[in-house]
Amino acid sequence: MYKYDSYDQAMVDARVEEFRDQAQRRLDGKLTEDQFKPLRLMNGLYLQLHAYMLRVAIPYGTLNSRQMIALGDIADKYDRGYGHFTTRQNLQYNWIKLEDAADILADLSKVEMHAIQTSGNCIRNISSDHFAGAAHDELIDPRPYAELLRQWSSFHPEFTYLPRKFKIAVIAADTDRAAMRLHDIGIQIVRNDAGEIGASFYVGGGMGRTPMIAPQIRDFVPLDQLVTYAEACLRVYNRYGRRDNKYKARIKILVHEMGAEEYTRQVEEEFAHLLEQGVEPPLAELERIKPFFADPAFEDGPKSVDRSDPDFALWVDRNTVRHKHDSYVSAVISLKPVGGIPGDATGDQMRLMAKLAKQYSFDELRVMHTQNIVLPHVRIADLHALWTELEAADLGAPNLDTIEDIIACPGLDYCALANARSITVAQRISENFAKKNRTEELGQLKLKISGCINACGHHHAGHIGILGVDKKGTENYQLSLGGSEAEDVSLAKITGPGFDEDGVVGAVETVTDVYLEQREEGERFLDTYRRIGMTPFKEALYG
Amino acid sequence: MATDLGTSPDEVQFRFREDEVADHGTVTVDACCDQTNATAVRIEPGDDARVLLPFLDRLALVEVNFPSFGDGRGYSAARILREAGYTGELRAVGDVLIDQLSHMRRCGFDAFAPDKPLDEDDAKRAFAQWDNVYQSAADGRRTIQELRHE
Repeated sequence: MYKYDSYDQAMVDARVEEFRDQAQRRLDGKLTEDQFKPLRLMNGLYLQLHAYMLRVAIPYGTLNSRQMIALGDIADKYDRGYGHFTTRQNLQYNWIKLEDAADILADLSKVEMHAIQTSGNCIRNISSDHFAGAAHDELIDPRPYAELLRQWSSFHPEFTYLPRKFKIAVIAADTDRAAMRLHDIGIQIVRNDAGEIGASFYVGGGMGRTPMIAPQIRDFVPLDQLVTYAEACLRVYNRYGRRDNKYKARIKILVHEMGAEEYTRQVEEEFAHLLEQGVEPPLAELERIKPFFADPAFEDGPKSVDRSDPDFALWVDRNTVRHKHDSYVSAVISLKPVGGIPGDATGDQMRLMAKLAKQYSFDELRVMHTQNIVLPHVRIADLHALWTELEAADLGAPNLDTIEDIIACPGLDYCALANARSITVAQRISENFAKKNRTEELGQLKLKISGCINACGHHHAGHIGILGVDKKGTENYQLSLGGSEAEDVSLAKITGPGFDEDGVVGAVETVTDVYLEQREEGERFLDTYRRIGMTPFKEALYG
Repeated sequence: MATDLGTSPDEVQFRFREDEVADHGTVTVDACCDQTNATAVRIEPGDDARVLLPFLDRLALVEVNFPSFGDGRGYSAARILREAGYTGELRAVGDVLIDQLSHMRRCGFDAFAPDKPLDEDDAKRAFAQWDNVYQSAADGRRTIQELRHE
C-alpha cells in the first residue's frame, strides 16, 4: 500500500501544527466560534449531541496493521474504548475532548494518518472498491488513481470553500462496490476500444434529502488529463453551485437544474482552457504510485476447505469472496454481531484485526462502506485458523450482505442532526431475524437505516430502506423498497405511511414474507420487488 | 461614477508587489464593461470574472470581495484572471481572515485589505504555512509531484 515520502509527511505535520495554532487562537479569543467552526471541521472535528466527534480519514479504505493498532490505541486512550467505522470507509470517535484533538492528530500523523478534510465544504476523503487489488473482476487496481486524486484534493487552494461538501469515489470494475454513482463525482477506470486505460466520469449523484443518480458526462478521459478534468468539474461547481440554500448546494442540484448537457458543455470548455494551463501532475507520478499497490507474493496452495464444521462452512460461504488468485479469498470480518451496533469495534478488536491482517493478509485491511472490515488476501489454507480467532472475539458473524448486515447511521444516540434513533432499530431487526433463524433463507438483502433526511445510512439505496423522522415529537419510521447502490443502481420508493419503532420492525418482517411467498428461483429480494412492483408489498403492509 | 466603492490604499494591510499602490475608485463589473476608461474594478461573488477578460490590459486593480469567508467563488475568479494573463494588483477584500491567506495567495491574490486588521505575526505564519504544495495554481510554485520527478 501507499507509503508517505518526506513531502507527504511534511504536509500532514504542517497541518497538525496549523490546527494547534488555530485551537490556541480560538482559546485566546482571536477566533470566534463561527470562524473556528469551518477550520475544526476541515480537521474532522464535529460538535455532536454529547461531545466532540473526530472523524479519521482512511484513504480509499486501505490501512495496514500498524495503523489499525494506532486506531485501537486512540480509542482506548482518548475515547471510551471503541470507534465507529463509517459508510465512507472512515472511522469516527464519538467521545472526544477538544483539548485532546491536536494530540490525537499528532498520534495519527506518526502512522501516516490524519483527519484532514473529513468534514467541511471541501473535497472529502476519496473512497474506492474495498476489494481493490484483490477482486477477480477488476480491470486494474483503482487505488493509484485514488491516491493521485488524494494528493490533488488535499489543501486545494481553490476548492476549500465550496458551496457544500464534495465526495469522490473511484472504481475499476463493472461491479460497483463503492456506490460510485451516488457520489458527487464517480469515476470508473475503463479501457477504450483502442485498448488504452482512462477514466469515465459520472457527476451529480448523491443521497441526502434529494437523492440522485449521477449521469455520465464523459465516457473516456485519458489518464494524463485525469486531474485536469476533475479540476474543470470542480471549478464549474465552485462558480455556479447554489449558495443561497444549503439544502440545494450540492453539485447534484446544479447538474439537475442546469441540465447534464449544459453542465457538461461548461466543463468541457473549462477543461479545454485548463489543458493549456498545465495543472496536470507529471504522468511519472502515477508510475511512481503504482508499485505501492503491486500484488503481494501470492503462492499456490489448497483451493478448498474442510467443510466438516458446519459453522465454519457457513462463514466461508457467507463471508469470503472470490479472489483473483485461486488459492486466496478476501475474507470479510463482520462488525454486525446480532444485536450489536453496526460498524462499532472496540480497541481490543481493532488490535486483533491488525494482528490477523499481519498474520494472514499481507499486513493489509480494508474498510467497507457497509461498515465491515476486509482482509483482502487470505490463503484458503488459513481460513479455519482465521475464523477460529474471529469467533473467539465475537467477530465471526456469518452475515455479509444479509438482513443482519445493516448499515445504520449513528442516529439520535449521537448525532445532533438526527430525528430518530437508528441503532436500536438495527439491533431489533437483526435480533428478530436471527431469533427466527430466517437470515440465511432470505439471502442477499441490503437493509439501510438513516436517522434523518440527510441519509448518512444510505436508506435510499437499500433493498429495504428505513428513514427515521420526527412526527409531532415522536420517532416515526418510513419504509422504502427497491433501492440499490451497486451497478444496478436505483433509488428506493416509500411504501406509504410510516410506523412507530415496533411497527417498523414488524413491517420489515411483513415485506420479507411477501418476498418469500412470491420469489422465483434465484431471485433476490430486490429482483422480486422489481418484477412484481410495489403493490403486493403495500397490500400486505396496509391492506 | 461611484468613487466610494472599494478599499483605499490605506486599508491594504499586506501587499506583495513592488509597484505603486493603485489608488483608483473601483467600479462594478457591469460599469467596467461600459466605461472604457475604468482602470479598477470590484468583483462580487456572483460576478463572472470572464467578462473582464477583454479589458485586462487597461486594468491596474481588481478587487475581489469576500462578503463572507465561507463563500469561495472569489478563489476561482482570481485564478481565472491570472490564467488569462492579468498582471495587475489582485486585492482580496472583505471577510479576509488568517486561515484563508495561504490559499488566497496561491490563487493569485497579491494584496489583502481585510475588514478587520489581522495580527501581523499570525499572518506572517499563515503566508508561510506550506513549504510545499500538491497542486499547480496561480502562484507558479513547483508542485511536490514535479519536485519528485525532476
